[in-house]
Amino acid sequence: MRITRTLTAAALAGGLMLAAAPAVAQGTFAITGGTVHTMTGAPIEGGTVLVRDGRVVAVGRDVSIPQGAVRIDATGRQVTPGLIDSGTQVGLVEVGAVAGTVDRDMVTGPREDLRSQIRAAFTVTDGINPNSTVIPVTRIAGITTVVSRPGFGLVAGQGAVIDLAGRTLDEMVVRSPSGMFVRIGEGVSPITGARGATMMILREMLEDARTLTPRTYERGAVREFTASRLDLIALQRVLNGEMPMVMEAHRASDILAALRMADDYGFRLVLTGATEAWMVADEIAAAGVPVVVKVMQNLPGSFERLGATFENAARLHQRGVRVALTSGDTHNARNLRQEAGNAVAHGMSWEAALRALTTEPAAIWGLDGYGTLAPGSVANVVVWDGDPLEIMTAVAHVFIRGREVPLVSRQTQLRDRYMRLDDYRSLYDRTQR
Amino acid sequence: VLPYAQEITIMRTAVALLAAIGVAACAPTPPPAAPEPSPDDARVAAGAFESRYQPFPSTPTLIRGGTVMTAAGEVIEGGDLLLVDGRIAAVGRNLEVPAGARTIDAAGRFVTPGIIDTHSHLGVYASPGDQAHADGNEMTRPVTGHVYAEHAVWPQDPGFPRALAGGITSLHILPGSANLIGGRGVTLRNVPARTIQAMRFPGAPHTLKMACGENPKRVYGSRNQAPMTRMANIALTREAWIRAAEYRDQVDRWENGDRTGTPPTRNLELETLADVLRGRILIQNHCYRADEIANRLEIAREFGYSIRSIHHGVEAYKVADMLAEEGVGVSIWADWWGFKLEALDASNANAALTHQAGVTTVIHSDDAIGIQVLNQEAAKALAAGREAGIDISDDEALRWITANAAWTLGIEDEVGTLEEGKRGDVVIWSAHPFSVYARADQVFVDGALLHDRTDPARNPITDFELGIFSGEGN
Repeated sequence: MRITRTLTAAALAGGLMLAAAPAVAQGTFAITGGTVHTMTGAPIEGGTVLVRDGRVVAVGRDVSIPQGAVRIDATGRQVTPGLIDSGTQVGLVEVGAVAGTVDRDMVTGPREDLRSQIRAAFTVTDGINPNSTVIPVTRIAGITTVVSRPGFGLVAGQGAVIDLAGRTLDEMVVRSPSGMFVRIGEGVSPITGARGATMMILREMLEDARTLTPRTYERGAVREFTASRLDLIALQRVLNGEMPMVMEAHRASDILAALRMADDYGFRLVLTGATEAWMVADEIAAAGVPVVVKVMQNLPGSFERLGATFENAARLHQRGVRVALTSGDTHNARNLRQEAGNAVAHGMSWEAALRALTTEPAAIWGLDGYGTLAPGSVANVVVWDGDPLEIMTAVAHVFIRGREVPLVSRQTQLRDRYMRLDDYRSLYDRTQR
Repeated sequence: VLPYAQEITIMRTAVALLAAIGVAACAPTPPPAAPEPSPDDARVAAGAFESRYQPFPSTPTLIRGGTVMTAAGEVIEGGDLLLVDGRIAAVGRNLEVPAGARTIDAAGRFVTPGIIDTHSHLGVYASPGDQAHADGNEMTRPVTGHVYAEHAVWPQDPGFPRALAGGITSLHILPGSANLIGGRGVTLRNVPARTIQAMRFPGAPHTLKMACGENPKRVYGSRNQAPMTRMANIALTREAWIRAAEYRDQVDRWENGDRTGTPPTRNLELETLADVLRGRILIQNHCYRADEIANRLEIAREFGYSIRSIHHGVEAYKVADMLAEEGVGVSIWADWWGFKLEALDASNANAALTHQAGVTTVIHSDDAIGIQVLNQEAAKALAAGREAGIDISDDEALRWITANAAWTLGIEDEVGTLEEGKRGDVVIWSAHPFSVYARADQVFVDGALLHDRTDPARNPITDFELGIFSGEGN
C-alpha cells in the first residue's frame, strides 16, 4: 500500500502542502507591557513578545529588545495567539448566491445521485482566493487562521488550513489537505435511503481503498470499485494516517456509529457538528476523538438535533473531550469569539474556551507552532483592548506570520467613505479616498 | 402617525365596516340596497381573529438595587422597579415594598425592558425545519396581500421559549420575502399558548410585509414569470397600489352613503392594501440596496403612504439622510453580509451610522438563534460604532432592541421602556446586557415571571419537546 508515497498519486490527489518556516526577513517587533496569554503556562502580566522574521523568538517579563525593533505598546491590553476557526469556507465563497464565486464543492451529477456524493479526491485548495474580501474582514477580528472546508456531501472532499494573509496560496497554506470531510446522518440518509446504508457505503469504500494497489488496478485484476481510483487513493491517505476523517454527525447514535467505524478501520477521527455529542461524551472521550463545536446552536432544527444545547462544548470539555470551536460561518467567521464567549456563558471555563480557539485546533489539525506564544511559535499574534472573548472588545493589532496587517477591510473603507455623507457628491472623488 | 389609542379605535371601526361589507358580499345576489348590519352581527364578525391574550397571573414584585437601564434616557444605579397588576407601577430609588409584594434582589445585576424583535419567522418557519413547517412564503404569485402570517404561526415552535430565555417578551412575525407584497405580519406576546390568538399583542396595529430586490425577481424570474427584473418589481408594486386606491375609493364612497350601483365586493388583498393607504397598517419593507431603498421612498410618495421601517437595509447607511428626512426607520442586522450580491456592500457600522443620522434604528434577528442573543447583536453594532468614533450611549443602543423596536411595531405606548404605566415586561440580567457573558436570569411578561434561569419549573417547554430532552436543550 505504498502507493500514496508515489509522486503520481500525490500529484493527482493533491500533494501535501505544509507551511515552510517563514524565511524572508519580515522585521522585528516587540509587543510590550500587555497581559500575554502564552497558552503554555500562566498568563504573563506586563510581558513582552518579541517577534523576528515571522516567528516568536522570546516571551517574558525580562526580554531584551534589540535595537531597531518596532515597539508596540500593549500596556493594559491582552495579547493572545491568533485565533483559529476550525470550520469555514473563507477564500472559497465570495458572494454566496453568485455561483461563479463559490468554489466549495465538486459537482458530478444531480445531488440525489449517490455517485455524485462521493468526491474524496476533490481538494478545495486550488480554489482558494487570496484576494477574497472576506479575508481582511475576518482577520481584523483577530482570526488569523482558518480551516476552509468543502461543503456538503457524503464524502465532500478535502479541506485546507490557511493563514489569512498572503499574496499567493504558498504564502498562506498551513496544511493541505487538512482532512477528509464526510457527512453521515440526516444530511445524506435521504440519498442513501437509510443511515445503515450510509455506513455500509463508507465501509465498502474503505475496504476498496485497502484493496486497491497500482498493480492490481492497472492489470484490471480487481472487482468493480465503489469509487474512482483517485477517490480511493485519497481515502488511503486517511487510512494511513496522513489526514483525519472529519465526520459531521449530529444524532448521538450517528456519533457512536462513527466511533465504531473509526475503531474498525483505525483512522483518525474528528467529529464536527456533533449536536448531541454531550449525550455520548464518555464514549467520545474514551475513544480520544476530538470534537469541533459550533456553540450557538440550541434549536431542534432537525430530527437529528433534538438534543441541541448551548452547553454542548462545556459538557464535552468537562468530560475530558478535546474541543475546538468554530463559527460555522464564512462571511461572519469574524464572530468566532462570540461563540467562545457564549461557551463561557454556558459553563465552559474561560481558559478552556480560549484554548478551544488556539491550542486545541492546533493539535487537532496538526499545526506545529500554532496556538501558542512561545519561542519558535509562528508569529500570529493579536493585541486586544480588553477580554478577547468579549464582543465589545476591539482589536488593536494583528500580526500574521510576523507581519502586522492593517486593520482595514472593504467594510471599513465603505464606512469611512459614507461617514462623510454631508459631502456625498465628493464620495466618488478618487483624490479624497 | 396617530396616537396609539386613536389608531386602535380606528382599526376596530375599520374591521367592523369591512365585516359589514363582507356580509353583503356573501349574499348570492346583491340586494337592491346593502343591509345595515345589526350591531350584534358587526360585533361578532369584528371579534374574529382578534387577540385573546390574557396576561399570566402575577404578584406585585419589587426588583431592588439593580442597575436599571430604562431605555428612556436614564440609567439608575442602585435603582428599584415595582410591578403591580402586570404594569410598571414605579421606577426609582428606595421604593417602598408594598404589603404582600415579592422582593427580588438585583444588586450587581442589570434591569432592562423586555427585548423586542421586529423581524422573526418563529412559528412560520418552525423547528424542526421541514417542508411541513415551511409556512412563511406564499410563492404562488408575487402580490399576496390577502395572507396573514398569524394564520400559519405554530405556537409550539420550540424557538419561542428559547427566545424568552434570551429576554424576548414581544416579537413581530413576518411572511418571507419571496413576494413583492408578502402579506400581513403579526405582533405577539412571547408567552406559552395553545393558539395564536392567545399570543396576539392586544391592540397592536397590523403590519404588511413588502420586499424588493433579488428575492422576488429570483423566485418568479426563474419560472419565467414576472417579476424577472427590478423594473417589474416596481411596476407590479405600483399596479397593486393603483388597484388598492381604486378599491379604497369605492369602499369609502359606499360607506359615506353614496350607494349607487353595486356594492363593492370584499377583496382580502385590496382590503389590506387599502388600509395601508388609510394609514392603519404599518409597512415593513425588506430592502437591501441604497438605490432601491430610495425607490421605495418614491413609491410611497407616489401613493401617499409611509413606510414604517426598512428591513435588512444592508446599505441603509448610504441613504441614512433620506430615511431620517422621511421619518422612516430601519430594522437591520449587526453584521450579516455577503450571502448575495445585494448584501455585499455591508458595514458593521451600519446601525451606528443610521442612528447618528437620526434614523429610528432597530437591530433585528430574522433568525431563531439571533433572537436569543439580540442583546449581543446590539452590542456588536455598538462596538462597531464606537470603533468608528461615533458617540452612542448604552441607553441609546439599548433602544435599538426595545423602545425603537416598539415604535417600529406601533406599540411604543405599551412597551419598550421602563416607565410608569407601561406593561411589566422586564429582564433581569446577570451582567451588563452588552457583555457576552450576560444571561437573562429572570424574564417578566406583564409582571408575571415566565422565565427563571434558576428554577426549571419556570421555563416553558413546548409540547413538541415534551418527552424528548425536555429542558436540556434550553
